[in-house]
Amino acid sequence: MSVDSETVRKIARLARIAVTDDEVPGLTEQLNGILGWIEQLGEVDTSGVEPMASVMPGALRWRADAVTDGGIAEQVLANAPDATSGFFAVPKVIE
Amino acid sequence: MTSLTDLSLTEMKAGLAARMFSAVELVQAHLDAMAANRHLNAFIVETPELALAQARAVDDGSRTGPLAGIPLGIKDLFATQGVQTTAASAILKGFVPRYESGVTANLLRDGAVFLGKLNMDEFAMGSSNETSAFGRVISPWKARGSDAELVPGGSSGGSAAAVAARLCAGATGTDTGGSIRQPAAFVGIAGIKPTYGRASRWGTIAFASSLDQAGPMARSVADCAHLLTSMCGFDPRDSTSLDLPVPDFAAGLTGSMKGKRVGIPAEYRLDGMDAEIAALWDAGIAWLRSEGAEIVSVALPHTRFALPTYYIVAPAEASSNLARYDGVRYGQRITPPGGNVHDMYAATRAAGFGKEVKRRIMIGTYVLSAGYYDAYYTQAQRVRTLIARDFELAFQKCDVLLTPTAPSPAFAFGAKTDPIAMYLNDVFTVPASLAGLPAMSVPAGLSASGLPLGLQIIGRPLDEGGVLDAGLAIERAAGFTARP
Repeated sequence: MSVDSETVRKIARLARIAVTDDEVPGLTEQLNGILGWIEQLGEVDTSGVEPMASVMPGALRWRADAVTDGGIAEQVLANAPDATSGFFAVPKVIE
Repeated sequence: MTSLTDLSLTEMKAGLAARMFSAVELVQAHLDAMAANRHLNAFIVETPELALAQARAVDDGSRTGPLAGIPLGIKDLFATQGVQTTAASAILKGFVPRYESGVTANLLRDGAVFLGKLNMDEFAMGSSNETSAFGRVISPWKARGSDAELVPGGSSGGSAAAVAARLCAGATGTDTGGSIRQPAAFVGIAGIKPTYGRASRWGTIAFASSLDQAGPMARSVADCAHLLTSMCGFDPRDSTSLDLPVPDFAAGLTGSMKGKRVGIPAEYRLDGMDAEIAALWDAGIAWLRSEGAEIVSVALPHTRFALPTYYIVAPAEASSNLARYDGVRYGQRITPPGGNVHDMYAATRAAGFGKEVKRRIMIGTYVLSAGYYDAYYTQAQRVRTLIARDFELAFQKCDVLLTPTAPSPAFAFGAKTDPIAMYLNDVFTVPASLAGLPAMSVPAGLSASGLPLGLQIIGRPLDEGGVLDAGLAIERAAGFTARP
């Protein structure tokens, strides 16, 4: 499978990364190089093999459904590019 | 007396305990070395005032623990409270965590002194330290008769360069596909990645969560053992943290190989393998045999599929993990004039991520997208099961595996411009990462050009002790004393 420039634009859109028209040909070539190389995995017969879920066996732990922190809004917001009145602020979402 | 920066971590512990020097003297010697070696670009942030305050607390007895007064460098992937943490990415410039990562909190609990934050490949994506937004790290090593600057390896390249250049006694690294072991090999130091789950991932900036593990880098196996004991331990804040006791790895270290079986995987002897690397591997086999180990041949038939598997699984997880950098909660934000929130996301990420990071996010996005998920991601996770099974079968016949760490010594900047050529550098380290196994690199010799070469030991799950013992046996037999 190889990707064309339209697919590269679509991937960039899904990944929320702006790409310029100048960047598309180079990206297409690089992505096709990598995809062509990883495609060799198709050769491996994996019938009856379970996909790996975890390298270490064992079930995930349960924890108590309890509040363990809170009241640190100031710390949570401290690194925000824009915060007002105790909230993260973003550009307009709805026109 | 030799310079304080030349002492091993183990010797520093003894010297501090015997009051041969103070913690302030020890830390100041390292701060001076850092100032004299800024051209290496190993540190992104230096924290001399914090380090001296911590050292004074050791000297007045208020700061204690098994690592009291030991000066360490911290890879910039670990969140450090009150000290900028960026993962060497422009998108996190100015981010100052309000919390301490699990691993660094353990080191601070044990009295360690932090000298600053170490440079690395952006988001740990790279094998040469050329992807850092803060400029490349330069290895303190030069090839014989050449003045060309060499890469320190990656992604923990700042850690590697700083430890090799005697700017710190040891450093934290992280290893997703070889990011501790390959740079350790390139600069002639030791480094160990423990079993997946031994070290907490809480507060360590995520790259590929099913692979990421922290571990120490230092100038000897014993030094690594001291740091590893401190760094590991159960952390309920990390859902994959192992709730198991952590042995005192330094106390348990014997270096004995008597009665041990050392497996040699035939598939690692690649066609066209560098003759020097092959000869070093043979030397390692002979050393362990003369230490009393039995050498057995083992098969890891899916080895050649490990790299392509890794380059599906790791970008897939990265594309998901790095979705959080959206210009809202932390880091940089770019809003185009008149742009809405979606324009802001796309512009922020376009400006904030470097080329390699964007490439991996896009590969990851593609392999997880509708219609391709099964062909790429599910297939890769199935092959990963086969790779892990190969190791399980091999460990029925042996206790540890011995392989080279990297296919070549350190290379020059710009030597590998093709992404796949760069990825191939991790050919020997990635399989153990995919299986979550403990693995370490130990300096074992010099190339004809006078550059360090490492050997890798891979162990059974949770057998860091066995890995360290084999590492110590190699270290003793190799007698590696070369320095930059």
